Parts: sequence; structure tokens; C-alpha cells
Amino acid sequence: MKKITLSVICIFLASCSPPQATNSGVYMLLDTSGTYREELQKAEQIIRYSLSRLDATDSFAVARIDTGSFSEKDIVAKITFDDRPSAINRQKRVFAEQISNFVNDATSSPYTDITGGLLQAVEYLNEKGPAVKTVLIFSDLKEDLQDGYIRDIKFDLDGFDVIALNVTKLRSDNVDPREYLTRLEEWQTKVESSGGNWQVINDLEGLEGLL
Amino acid sequence: MTFLLNITPWPVLSALLWIVLIVTTLTFARPTAHKLIFATGNSLHKMFRTASLSVVKAEKDLANRNREVLLAAGREAKERIVEREFDRINETVRKDLANFSALHRSLNESINRIENDHQQAVDVPPEPPGWVKAVEAVAAIDSKDSRVGIGDVLADIHKSLIKAHKEAMVAYHEASRTRHTLLRKMRPDWRLIQQTLSQVGKNVDSLLGRSATIDRHMQEYEDMVKGEDRSISILSSSSLVYFFVSALVMCVAVGGATINFSLIARPMAEMVGGTSLVGGFRTADIAALVIILVEISMGLFLMESLRITRLFPVIGALPDKTRVRMVWITFTILFLLASVEAGLAFMREVLLHDELATSLLLRGGGEETVTNDYMWITTAAQMGMGFILPFALTFVAIPLETFVHSLRTVIGLLAIGVLRITSLLLRLLGSASRYTGVLAAQLYDLPLFIPLWWASRDSGEVVTAGSKLKKATS
Repeated sequence: MKKITLSVICIFLASCSPPQATNSGVYMLLDTSGTYREELQKAEQIIRYSLSRLDATDSFAVARIDTGSFSEKDIVAKITFDDRPSAINRQKRVFAEQISNFVNDATSSPYTDITGGLLQAVEYLNEKGPAVKTVLIFSDLKEDLQDGYIRDIKFDLDGFDVIALNVTKLRSDNVDPREYLTRLEEWQTKVESSGGNWQVINDLEGLEGLL
Repeated sequence: MTFLLNITPWPVLSALLWIVLIVTTLTFARPTAHKLIFATGNSLHKMFRTASLSVVKAEKDLANRNREVLLAAGREAKERIVEREFDRINETVRKDLANFSALHRSLNESINRIENDHQQAVDVPPEPPGWVKAVEAVAAIDSKDSRVGIGDVLADIHKSLIKAHKEAMVAYHEASRTRHTLLRKMRPDWRLIQQTLSQVGKNVDSLLGRSATIDRHMQEYEDMVKGEDRSISILSSSSLVYFFVSALVMCVAVGGATINFSLIARPMAEMVGGTSLVGGFRTADIAALVIILVEISMGLFLMESLRITRLFPVIGALPDKTRVRMVWITFTILFLLASVEAGLAFMREVLLHDELATSLLLRGGGEETVTNDYMWITTAAQMGMGFILPFALTFVAIPLETFVHSLRTVIGLLAIGVLRITSLLLRLLGSASRYTGVLAAQLYDLPLFIPLWWASRDSGEVVTAGSKLKKATS
């Protein structure tokens, strides 16, 4: 009888224990430097796709990569979804509108601070504390820092999935493909040495596996 | 092995030595070994047999118990049927007896009216006035004196007779018309009497039919009280039929409950949130399930309060006033829950539209949404289902009661079957143990065939394991 009572109490306590987080956090970096700004239409599609994949209590933020990206000011839109379905739909529509406005009005930035943006993404997602942390980098991954900006910083990307999207080839890459490959390899090394998972998706038709 | 063959320089000799040694040892140990083998076999046989007998006893007890349960259930069912039949008879008798005085009065009045009319309709021939006296006057006239005036007198008489005849005919016609009128007035009374008597006849026939039904049920009830095998057989097969039919209906009800669940689980997330979990399950799902279970419970209580089912004797034993109050309370709760479900079903449709519009927007379709003039039909159908299903689930109480009652019998029958098979297996194992012992003894004797042959040659009898077994069993 005691054993039965103990088992019932254990089951009851187990059911009352705080549930583990199952939500996702997505931070998307948009490269607005130079000619890559023209690719923002594609980025909007990806954002809309991501919105359709996200659900209650998930967090989503979209930030631009410009000269100095380690700043909250570069966050274009951010949201943590409610747990009521009607509110989620409303939030998604508002978010999509914000992104649409940004894509229409975005200006090119002279420099490209991807590392700063990544640092900002890590900080944001760590603060939100979701179960799955994903950083989407919509860029050609060609970093171009302004003089004086120090970005030789060690990351802590443990538990992060870093996905580079639409990594376009530059004119110089066409001349010497090794530049492109080296660039990808460097970023992969940087992410994986920091404990993160690295992935590249260039075919935007195959986004089914994303998120 | 090599060591065994190396006890002499010649391995064959070593092997022979070993064989002789082993056979000799086995021969000396043979009686003890046989005793051991037979003792083991017999022990196992007795053990399995005892176990089998215990199982058979348990099976018999269970069968008796099942029989009692079946009879009790059958008796209860028959009592309910007989009680209901008596209620119906009571109702018929009460209704007819209550109307009997009015009926009697009506019949009396009708009969009195008919009697009066009949009295009035008696045929009295009209009396011819005056002419008899005239005939007497004519008869009194002397034939000699007044022969001349006779013709006139006779003419007057003729006239008087014709006049009297006419008057008599008029009176006769008048009297006939009156009689016919009276007879016509009697017709409705005859019909009324005929209808009344026909109704009484029907009621009496109904009572006779019901009394025949009660007689039949009472006969079956008596058979059950006596515990006759025929009753058991009928009840047992009935239980199985009820079990499968009620299980089928329950499956249908489960399907209905599942649809009901899918109708309200999604919009329930609007009320309790879509992500919170309790024990690994979504709170919204649990809330939807709880609502459905509460509806089913209310349905059960409603059926109990209406005395349609008898799962809870406490409710059945409540005073009528409290019971009626309970009917209204449970019905009100059920109605409110059904209304809530209808609202949730509507909310579900709204959410679906909202989600469709959002996904269309995210796919790049702008603010355009798919609109259909007939979408209200889907919405209305969902709301209707949300409202009706809780009431439909109320009737689950009836198959549930049957299922619960028949389940007891079915489990009993299954348990009896399992026990019977167990008993058979134990008996088989017992026999197998016994004959395994015999076989083991025979196998033991197999390498000893030379010493045994020698011994039998000396003693003149063949000592086999079989004969030992016969001795042991005798």
C-alpha cells in the first residue's frame, strides 16, 4: 500500500514539475551592403516562410548587417509569439508588414559587419532562452569592417545552429573560386570551433528542412 | 578426454576399462537411481495433478459465481420488465376506472333515451271515429219501415267511412313519421354504445395481452429462481449478444467523442493557451477532453435521474422531488456545455479562416482571402454538431450500462475458459512428468543391457521400467 501511495505521489509530482521549453528562437541577419541589397526580396520570402513555420511562444528577430551590427538599433523587427492562435496570426501579419516596409526602404551600407551581427544574435537568443536556437545569415559572407572595429572575438555558439543562406558568388569568386571556398571554410571553422552547427543553403527552393 | 584415454598405454583398453567401470557403477546404483527417477516423476505428477484439481475447483467456483451473477442479473432484468408491465396495467386500469363512472352514466343515459324513444315509437293503430255507431244505427232500422231512407243512410255511412279512413291514414302517417324520427334519434345512441363497448373491449384485450406477457415473464422468472440450465443458457447467450452490440455502439460513441474533441481542442487553445503542458499533454487538449468527459458524466446523471439507466442506485433511490430537480440541473449544465461547444466550434471556424488568411499572406497572396458564399453552411454544420453531439453522447449511458453488466459475464466466461485450459495443461504436464520418469528409467537401462540380460537370464524374469511403473501405480 505504501509503495502504491509513493508511486502515485511520484507520478503526481512528475506531472506538476515545470515543463521543459520546446520553443524555438530564430535570429536572421540581412546583409544590406553594396549590391547584395538587391537580394532582399529573396530574404523577405525566407522570412515569410520562417514565419509560417514558427508557432506559439517562439521568438523571431530580423536584423540588418551594416557597418556596425553589434547594436539593438539594427534589429528591424522582433517578436515573441503569444500562445493564443488568433494573437499569433495577428502578430505574424504585423511582422510581415514591418519586413515588407524595411525591404522597400532599406539603403545600402558601406561596410559589412557580420561578426557583430552574429554577436548580437547570440546575445538576443541567450536572453530569450529558447530550446532551439537558430541564426540565419542571409549574406555573401564577405566581411568588410571599417577601420577601428575589433571583431576578433571568441564566440560561444554551443547549442546554436548557424545557417548561411543564399551565399552568392562575387565577381572575384568567379575569377578565383578558391576565395569563395576559403570564405565558406573560414566561417564554418569559426562557427564549429565555437561549438555551433554550420549549414549552408543556397537553393532557396529547398527550404523545407529549414526550422 | 585425453586424460581419460591415457590411464593405460592403450586408449582402446582405457576406453573399455572406463565403460566397464561406468556400467558396473550404474548397475549397482540402478535400484536407487530408478527409485529417484520414479519418485521425481511421481512427485511432479502429483504436484501437477493437485494444481490441476485446484484449478478445476476454482473453475467450478467461478462457474457457480458466474451462474449466480447471471441469474441475479436476469432476475433483476425480469423484475424490471414485470414491474414495467404492471405499471402499464396500472396505468390502463387507472385510466379506465377513472372514466368508468362517466362511461357507466353515459351508457345508462343512452339506454334510457333509447327506452323512452322505444316507448314512444310503439305502433298504435288509429281508431276509426264514429262509423261504428252509424253501423249500429243502420242495424237498428226496421227493414220494412225505412227501406226508402236506407240508401241515403248508407251513402252517409260511405262518406263517413271514407272521411274516417282519410283521417285515420293521416293520423297513421303522422304517427309513423314520429316513430321514424324517434328511431332516427336512436341511431347515434346505438353508435355511442357500440363505440364505448368496442373501446372497453380493446382495453380488456390489452389487459389480457399484458397479463399473458406477465405470465410468460413470471414463468421465466420462476425458471431463473429455480436456476434451471435453460435459463442460464439463454441468459449467457443474451449477455454475449448484449456485450457485442453495446461494444459496437460504444465504438460509435467513441467516434462521436473524437469528432467532438477535434471540434473544440483547437479553439480551446484560445482559452487556456496553446503551449502549456500538464504531464506531457497540452492543457488545451486536456481541457477539451475534460469538457467531453463532464458532458458524458452529466449525460449519465441525466439518464440515471430519468430512471432510464440504473448504474447509480443512490440516484435511483432519491425522492422524486430531488430527482426531478437533479434532472433539471443536469440538463441545464448539459445545455450550457453544448452552447459552449457550439461557440467553440464557431471559434474554430474563425481561427481557421484567420490562419488561412495569414498563410496566404505569408505565401505572398496579399490581403486576399478565399471567400465562399456557402462557407456559412460549414460554420453552421460545425456549430450544430458542437451543440448536438453532447446530447447525443448522453445516450451512451444506455449501452454503457449494458456493456458494464454484460462485461461481468463475459469476463467470467473468459476466466472459466482460461482456467479450463490451465487445468488441461496441468494435467498434461502431470502425465508428461510421469511418463518422462518411465522414459528416463528406460534410458538409464539402455547402456546396462548386458548386465540386465544376464540378470534376467539368471532370475528368469524381465525387470523393466514399465513393470516397475505398474507396481508403483498399483
